[in-house]
Amino acid sequence: MPEIVNLEHDVLVIGAGGAGLRAAIAAAAQGVKVGLITKSLLGKAHTVMAEGGMAAAMANVDDRDSWKVHFADTMRGGQYLNNWRMAELHAKESPDRVRELEAWGALFDRTKDGGILQRNFGGHRYPRLAHVGDRTGLEMIRTLQDHGIHQGIDVYMEHTVISLLKDGDRVSGALCYDRQKGEFKLFHTKAIVMATGGIGRAFKITSNSWEYTGDGQALAYNAGAELMDMEFVQFHPTGMVWPPSVKGILVTEGVRGEGGVLRNKDGKRFMFDDIPDNYKNQTADTPEEGWRYVTGDKSARRPPELLTRDHVARCIQREVREGRGSPHGGVFLDIAWIKEKIANASEHIKKKLPSMYHQFIQLADIDITKVPMEVGPTTHYIMGGVRVDGDTQMTNVPGLFAAGEVAAGLHGANRLGGNSLSDLVVFGKRAGDYAAEYAKKNSVPKIDQAEVQNGIKQALLPLDRGTSGESPYAIQAKLQDTMQDLVGIVRQEAEMAKALVEVAELRKRAANAGVGGQRDYNPGWHTSIDLANLLTVSEAIAKSALDRKESRGGHFRDDYPEKSAEGGTYNSIIKKGPNGQMVLERRPLTPLPEELKQIIEDQKK
Amino acid sequence: MSKMSFKVWRGDKGQGEFKEYTTEITEGMVVLDAMHQIQAENAHDLALRWNCKAGKCGSCSAEINGMPKLMCMTQIKSLPTDKPVTVEPMRAFPHMRDLVSDVSWNFEVKKKIKGFSPKKADRPDGTWTMAQSDIDRPQEFRKCIECFLCQDVCHVLRDHHKHDEFIGPRFFVYTAALEMNPIDEADRLADLKNKDGLGYCNITKCCTKVCPEHITITDNAIIPLKERVVDEYYDPLKMVANFLFKRNKK
Repeated sequence: MPEIVNLEHDVLVIGAGGAGLRAAIAAAAQGVKVGLITKSLLGKAHTVMAEGGMAAAMANVDDRDSWKVHFADTMRGGQYLNNWRMAELHAKESPDRVRELEAWGALFDRTKDGGILQRNFGGHRYPRLAHVGDRTGLEMIRTLQDHGIHQGIDVYMEHTVISLLKDGDRVSGALCYDRQKGEFKLFHTKAIVMATGGIGRAFKITSNSWEYTGDGQALAYNAGAELMDMEFVQFHPTGMVWPPSVKGILVTEGVRGEGGVLRNKDGKRFMFDDIPDNYKNQTADTPEEGWRYVTGDKSARRPPELLTRDHVARCIQREVREGRGSPHGGVFLDIAWIKEKIANASEHIKKKLPSMYHQFIQLADIDITKVPMEVGPTTHYIMGGVRVDGDTQMTNVPGLFAAGEVAAGLHGANRLGGNSLSDLVVFGKRAGDYAAEYAKKNSVPKIDQAEVQNGIKQALLPLDRGTSGESPYAIQAKLQDTMQDLVGIVRQEAEMAKALVEVAELRKRAANAGVGGQRDYNPGWHTSIDLANLLTVSEAIAKSALDRKESRGGHFRDDYPEKSAEGGTYNSIIKKGPNGQMVLERRPLTPLPEELKQIIEDQKK
Repeated sequence: MSKMSFKVWRGDKGQGEFKEYTTEITEGMVVLDAMHQIQAENAHDLALRWNCKAGKCGSCSAEINGMPKLMCMTQIKSLPTDKPVTVEPMRAFPHMRDLVSDVSWNFEVKKKIKGFSPKKADRPDGTWTMAQSDIDRPQEFRKCIECFLCQDVCHVLRDHHKHDEFIGPRFFVYTAALEMNPIDEADRLADLKNKDGLGYCNITKCCTKVCPEHITITDNAIIPLKERVVDEYYDPLKMVANFLFKRNKK
């Protein structure tokens, strides 16, 4: 058997994006020994891709804002399937988390009086997003990284976790390999914080990088944790569509926040055609009012381009399907038009949206200060994930915590833009705090060595099969086609049933995947290991989506295009059954306390 | 559609050679797409780093036709077609495998630089009043995506291997962002002079040229740092005063 390196920590954080870094910092502050594992180099996680900003009701720009408005916005955006306790804590605590970042060196854009500036975003009633141009995620991850490296955290870069280990009910460790050296490592730990992000690579068109293969969801599921709301995948309305090699790369919602408008091939602002009832009294009647809103007129209501992402994505899909799309199968997103309204528009756009400007110049030969962009929906985020307790972020497996995108609850059926960065730090901190507390209270668990040896054996199978096995890249590509075509933005019964059959078929093929080469730095080997996780989350998504016979938030069904009353009463729960099969259950929502119910009612006015 | 050839560095820990691969090119393809295609078609174990594929994370640094670049932001049509495109790992760092270099030195260097240390907050909510115009410059430096291309091209590191005495352009930019942060109070000038090797930089501006974030590294970060060090340690009046009054504390 290959050699194995043994390491001991009190708290092991898996994933080093915003949530993982914040959890590690919180746990280290409690004086416990913390390990932080990341699949990439430090500071490269998907958090760097977040552009628009971080939602926090600080009321720096509009003093009508408060945690109550933010809470109500989040619940409305999530179509009331949210874990209300998480929505409440998030709205109350995110301002402190923003201020804390400033205290650690973040430099947010400023208001005229020198405070932290906030911008408009989809689904947020008031300007609420603290930001740095269109690179807020980079600012957040760099701030956490540069602060974190001085906190005595042991960082393991380019490591991948293969399986979680348990001692009875509770977690006891993680089996891992060092991607650089191909060496196996066994982490003994009292508590684990899962902060591995999303599942974007299950789909063909995505804004996510290779890392987002649903590792955390699948590892937790295999360890007995429940998954929740997996049918709710967010298709961001604006990804690049041309040229083909950049298809799916994100175009920030900040473009619309700064006044960008969506038009079809006839030049029509089609978003005015379809405004959902529950947003009617918050949405502008005319383009004129929309413009006044984005330029800070407090008496104006927001333009329909800033409706929630699920809705905007579907409207774009409709325009394309009905033949009113742009030449390359998207619609037009126009920010250049603001030159009609303001002097020096070109400079303004470059200052406010610098990375969008460069992205389009360099990858598509398009100057966004002069001509419109072509955009279409791209797989961006999963609202569902590992079910956690709202206060502590602990899963149903003792000692296993989850925070950030990998966890479910805060966003319900649809996430508002800007609520992700704040999610990372609010719940990253909570997970780190409670994991450290758990580690202090509990003894060192035992590791089952037979389980470890079996894990290593399984992991080496693709290399044992070598080039006689099937290419893992081919299987992954087929899975991405299946999910994109059959469980994508518009869904229906027969297609999803077919997807489940295909996923089962691909699972058999994955069991015969093989790669040549060695153990150190072999992406083919890594891909074949990640494949198992992708298949698990794909099955969970398809299964949950097939069962939810209605349309709500990120889940839209052609055969059930309306919301159902019953659909608003439960969360879909996925867990591993006694014989290893995936089991689905509809679990009734926990009723809202009276005072929170009242806040939602008050904010409907 | 057309075919194009790439000479890709294959090998292990410094040992290696160029291997030629041919793959189909479609409109708008970048070098990273070509590497992925080659990986999926006939080099499953080709080692390379990448993440965002949008020029925001700085993972896919390489030397393309000898120039330090991000593979994800280099359009193939921007390259000459008359000969194969060469793709190599960054050469200023130890080689690991294929296109992957060992960049861990950079992470060690950063740890040794004095971290952010703010003065007392001046707003009731625990934040600081800062004018936008006062943070424009450090914000420029904070655009850095840590691709380390500036380190790769710098001759002090690449040719003279001064990794033990010189922190490189990336970390002068990092230090400058801290030094020019209006609320930071720490003093890093002595370290810049004595430990970080600021004097080794002879402002050839190669780093500025390769920066994919267009940070004016030399003019806006390194030269002002050099000026601050000179003001502090080499101002003739200060030197005389220090000599006469024996205030030679620093």
